[in-house]
Amino acid sequence: MSESILTHADNAEPVAFTQEELGWLPWLEPFPADQLTERHWAGLVDASRSKSPYFLLLVRDPDVLEARTKTDKDIFYNAKDGLPRAERELAATATSRSNGCIFCASVHSRFATQHSKRKADVQRLLDEGVRADIGERWNAIAAASVALTETPIAFDDTHVARLRDAGLDDLEIADVINGSAFFNWANRLMLSLGEPTPPASTASL
Amino acid sequence: MTARTPDVIDLLAGIEPGSPLDAVRAKRAQARENAQKSYLALFRPETPGNVAAEERYAVATFVAGLHGQPAVTDFYASGLRALGRARLAEAVDKEISRGAAEGPYGRYPAGPLSREDQDGPVYAVAEESRTVVGHRLAAAFEHAHLLVFRPRDATAGALHRLLDAGWSTTDIVTLSQLVSFLAFQIRAVAGFRTLAAAPRAEAGTKPETVFAGALASNHI
Repeated sequence: MSESILTHADNAEPVAFTQEELGWLPWLEPFPADQLTERHWAGLVDASRSKSPYFLLLVRDPDVLEARTKTDKDIFYNAKDGLPRAERELAATATSRSNGCIFCASVHSRFATQHSKRKADVQRLLDEGVRADIGERWNAIAAASVALTETPIAFDDTHVARLRDAGLDDLEIADVINGSAFFNWANRLMLSLGEPTPPASTASL
Repeated sequence: MTARTPDVIDLLAGIEPGSPLDAVRAKRAQARENAQKSYLALFRPETPGNVAAEERYAVATFVAGLHGQPAVTDFYASGLRALGRARLAEAVDKEISRGAAEGPYGRYPAGPLSREDQDGPVYAVAEESRTVVGHRLAAAFEHAHLLVFRPRDATAGALHRLLDAGWSTTDIVTLSQLVSFLAFQIRAVAGFRTLAAAPRAEAGTKPETVFAGALASNHI
């Protein structure tokens, strides 16, 4: 029955931030993959997402998922001008670290490392938290992302000035704003609709 | 043909056509267009399902109010009043004051992160408001407050309370998207408004600033 909660009593939820690959289990029944209509496929955007319980759950409201996915892709993958990919992922990681989304932080810290080759600095952000000293430019991006993540929002002129001092132009600052704002969307879905599972290497079989 | 709906983020952030921020946002045209489409899918859905327009606007008003963003709050509150729900709008207003807090706070799964656990208010709708908003919407407000301020406290049990209050699995997906989308939209509005208004450095100082920034960060 789709109108009940799914529980995962055997899952050992990760208890620390990590760059390793985690899994995710839904608390509500995903849409049945064998019943997807054309509208659902449009909502999934990439057919490969029909393998993911997260996207199969969100596809229950396909129009919102489609628009959300396209927003996400442009903010993070449109590499024409603006903030380097690594630093967009840094904004996503700092935001996820601040909200406490262990799953989101694992995915996007891995991307930040992949694009920056600064795995140790990324790990310090995960281990020490959002105030880790990882160089002024990255510190400024993390601080702006965290201020924007606070409720009520604490992002102000001083964050813009610090980003400008660190060498960011207005498009790059807009990319920080978009990246952090978007992860305030993603973190809430990921945290509230299911739970992460440990890296495959440590999961019991 | 109806007139094109104005871009809500531009409208609420005060971004005028031809302004510098308009040009910046134009560089991310797909994100801009789809942030708007997300708004339309949530507030003018082609297939509304079981989540009523007044529920969508009431929750949105509450969420914007909790963020302390008057322009966004007024925008969604006027949508609620346009549906003829002035009494509901009043109750939402009262609940915004009662729900005020500072986030994000909450707890981690027991372990090394427990030292970062931070307690804060667990919100429940006031009894006198409950009679106005109803059991189903009251459950949505309580869930929205959880998502806004302490998303890391979310549990399967919280979804269970929504099911018990009459929200179907699909309704819960829509509600979760609505609250989470607003967490994005409100930050985009606040962020762009701040960026547009931030005092600019003198023209011509940029190259030095970049150089100083690179030196300071030790990552040349």
